[in-house]
Amino acid sequence: MSNLIQGRTGEWEVVIGMEVHAQVSSQSKLFSGAPTQFGADPNQNVSLVDAAMPGMLPVINEECVKQAIRTGLGLNAKINCYSVFDRKNYFYADLPQGYQISQFKYPIVGEGAIVIDLKDGSSVEIGVERLHLEQDAGKSMHDQHPSKSYIDLNRSGVALMEIVSKPDLRSAEQAGAYMKKVRSIVRYLGTCDGNMEEGSMRADVNVSVRRPGEELGTRTETKNLNSVRFIMAAIDYEVQRQIELIEDGGEITQETRLFDTNTGATRAMRGKEDAHDYRYFPDPDLLPLEFSQSLVDELAAELPELPDQIRERMVGEYGLSSYDAAVLTEERETAAFYEAAAKDQDKKLVANWMSVELFGALNKAGKSLADSPVSPAQLGGLVALISDGTISGRIAKDVFADMFETGRDAADIIEEKGLKQVSDTGAIEALIDQVLADNQDKVDEYRGGKDKLFGFFVGQTMKLSKGQANPAMVNDLLKSKLG
Amino acid sequence: MSNLLDLTALQARQGLEKGDFTSVELTNAYLAAAQETKGLNNYVAMTEARALEMAAASDAKYAAGNAGALEGLPIGVKDLFATNGVPTTACSAILKNFVPQYESTVTSNLWADGGVMLGKLNCDEFAMGSANETSVFGPAVNPYSAVGGADLAAGGSSGGSASSVAARSSIMATGTDTGGSIRQPAAFCGIVGMKPTYGRCSRWGVVAFASSLDQAGPFTRDVDDSALMFKSMASADPKDSTSAHQPLPDIDGAMAAGVKGMKIGIPSEYQMDGMDETIIKLWQDGQAWLKDAGAELVEISLPHTKYALPVYYIIAPAEASSNLARYDGVRYGNRIEEGGSLDDMYEITRAAGFGDEVQRRILIGTYALSAGYYDAYYLKAQKVRRLIRNDFDEAFKQVDAILTPATPSAAFPLGVKQADPVTMYLNDVFTVPANLAGIPGMSVPAGVNGDGLPLGLQILSGAFAEDKMYAVAKQIEQSAGFSEVPSRMAGGAS
Repeated sequence: MSNLIQGRTGEWEVVIGMEVHAQVSSQSKLFSGAPTQFGADPNQNVSLVDAAMPGMLPVINEECVKQAIRTGLGLNAKINCYSVFDRKNYFYADLPQGYQISQFKYPIVGEGAIVIDLKDGSSVEIGVERLHLEQDAGKSMHDQHPSKSYIDLNRSGVALMEIVSKPDLRSAEQAGAYMKKVRSIVRYLGTCDGNMEEGSMRADVNVSVRRPGEELGTRTETKNLNSVRFIMAAIDYEVQRQIELIEDGGEITQETRLFDTNTGATRAMRGKEDAHDYRYFPDPDLLPLEFSQSLVDELAAELPELPDQIRERMVGEYGLSSYDAAVLTEERETAAFYEAAAKDQDKKLVANWMSVELFGALNKAGKSLADSPVSPAQLGGLVALISDGTISGRIAKDVFADMFETGRDAADIIEEKGLKQVSDTGAIEALIDQVLADNQDKVDEYRGGKDKLFGFFVGQTMKLSKGQANPAMVNDLLKSKLG
Repeated sequence: MSNLLDLTALQARQGLEKGDFTSVELTNAYLAAAQETKGLNNYVAMTEARALEMAAASDAKYAAGNAGALEGLPIGVKDLFATNGVPTTACSAILKNFVPQYESTVTSNLWADGGVMLGKLNCDEFAMGSANETSVFGPAVNPYSAVGGADLAAGGSSGGSASSVAARSSIMATGTDTGGSIRQPAAFCGIVGMKPTYGRCSRWGVVAFASSLDQAGPFTRDVDDSALMFKSMASADPKDSTSAHQPLPDIDGAMAAGVKGMKIGIPSEYQMDGMDETIIKLWQDGQAWLKDAGAELVEISLPHTKYALPVYYIIAPAEASSNLARYDGVRYGNRIEEGGSLDDMYEITRAAGFGDEVQRRILIGTYALSAGYYDAYYLKAQKVRRLIRNDFDEAFKQVDAILTPATPSAAFPLGVKQADPVTMYLNDVFTVPANLAGIPGMSVPAGVNGDGLPLGLQILSGAFAEDKMYAVAKQIEQSAGFSEVPSRMAGGAS
């Protein structure tokens, strides 16, 4: 699939790099013991260190380091057993220390790569440049008072992982897929909860355009995008803006831009000349971060199965289609639901029932998988009854609708409603005899060579059995009777 | 009963143990001494009520037979240490009226061992200075006066601590040493000042000047007291990531064993042009004393010594420029609002809150870290720092300790070096290398100059080998027999 964009004067190639900021899932902050939980009242989760009181010192939270290593492993990246925390100096009211502790020259994670899957079924490998640990800042609130700004330091010092991609992305779709994939990986790993609406993940996108094969164009950086939709919209807008500007004889200025979620447009925030000089230097309050390869190996051994691995297993061992496998592994919870439902069952049948019936019903009811009235075991139970011929697929749909509404087991519903499939030869023969007797004219026509009428007799027999007759047996017996 | 103020800390500790007097009596004597020597401007805050409360508690401990190592001894605290519920200002206008709700690890250690807190002692603003003249409270004054009576600098930055111990308004005091801020004022005031190995004393709760250089240490009247106080101050602190987890050496054992057989390095680079003749003479005396006591003198070279001061004046301001960014008027301390933007508030608050020397160093440090200058200044300075450290590593392969002068001159009159910061910076030429290398250093009073002003000798040892340093210091003290007392001392010369 070509990603080239047709402009007025010819084709353009889009080049995108992303910086994803992911909040580390941890009980306490990167350098203090203050809790990280979301939704606390302002300034409740603030220690002396987070408020940068005089004489306070940072102490690294070991769990955050492990989470960064796990994430690095999940991104198939090189783990650096030696890394350094630097101070990034700038003044802002919600930055108590007057600097952010980050990693500049020596990040904890180096180069890696992940594979993203596109709608057309193709996949692309996207390079990861690095991942580093850093502190989040607090939050400034400018709408609480007519002349004052309020500061909430709850987020101050919370651990973030900044995951920097290589400029390998070529379209808004790829950028969206990349974000989803990174999100999926950290959620599988449990290293970030991925809640974009709570600010646990956000992205900065670097966008430039160029004529195919030419040098990289000047890029702009659009900051703080907190949904996949906004990421894609901001890129679409920025690409159009840049192409039009260049085609009209203008030049792109290297600048930082903001995305307006109301208008869908980006606007300049500050230019290159206003860029901060962050005066990075190694934080003298912290020793270089060093750990052994054996810690990395240990964490690697404990790593949960990642979506790509599960998918491979689903396709290879279960024989699922690549599409079904992708749908079932997008979220960790979905894959876990499927695995539980499919245990000892027909894998393909469960996949089918989950992605068609269950997702359809959940969608219609506006529910998420977590709220599903049908448990994995119940779905598995239903499929088992289809597989062993207790009910037909047709009946199963009615049973499922009942299950979804009442949360009851399939077996109970079938028992109560008497929906059990009829596989008794005598009973089915009786039904067939009646159908044939009631439709003597059609029988004559069939015998006169009108083969197509066979389906009619099947349909009538099934109808008479209220759908409970075993369809295969109906077929066989009809053939012999009409024979 | 003899004058309580005449007793060293160890003597007072014995007197308390024996019940010759109580801690409340001792503390009252020191509180009175602080009043009597008020003209020296050493205390910036007194905590009388707390002192007497702690003293009474100490008396109870003696009575119960579970007295700590410093039980009942009245101690002064440099105003750089956060003290819970007591103003902690770093002697800066920007922190005027700041009262922390936490206690520094070092002072917590002292109180845990029974120390009694007298109050907070004057120092240079954010510990930046060598004469205590940058303090917002005005300079601490040396209890020794110039011929003719002019006020002399107590040294800096821990001028109030040194002057107080010399003037006997505290039996011991805490200091911090970033480039000589303990050793230089100790030398100027004729007392013992010790900077431990970097990492020995926790920096948690100490207002930061330059994180990679700052180290707390004791001011005491003699070497034994220094060891006593150091042992209480030091601890491995999980709240300070740069805290050392090395056990303390056997200092008392080393002092008892003496210097016989020890190798003492004499660095040729510490012989500087234009140095006071009496200081050169004193240094030679010191060498002779150690030789007489059975030590072997070894001429050594520390070739990068001449770069120490320039390197220090890049690294220290660079770290300071970042460390002091938190004093922005947003959360605590003084804020000055005159309308306008957030940036306006920062500018007005910081311009009013920081004195000239602090502003100078913030500017130097900001410059040294700026894009385009970082490699030439900060990075280069770090490389040279490494070389200075290597010099000492090499030296300590050959020798157990190094003997040098503590300062290039005796105490100078207040006000004379204000105009030219570089002359002031030169005061730290002998002390700065130890901070850059992270090794311990100690200044011991060893003689006087022609005007009767005290002079100190500095003893350096390898990292975590404070025992060797103390052994040499003890010998110097014994051989020198320094017995001068300042003219402006509480209780008068006895």
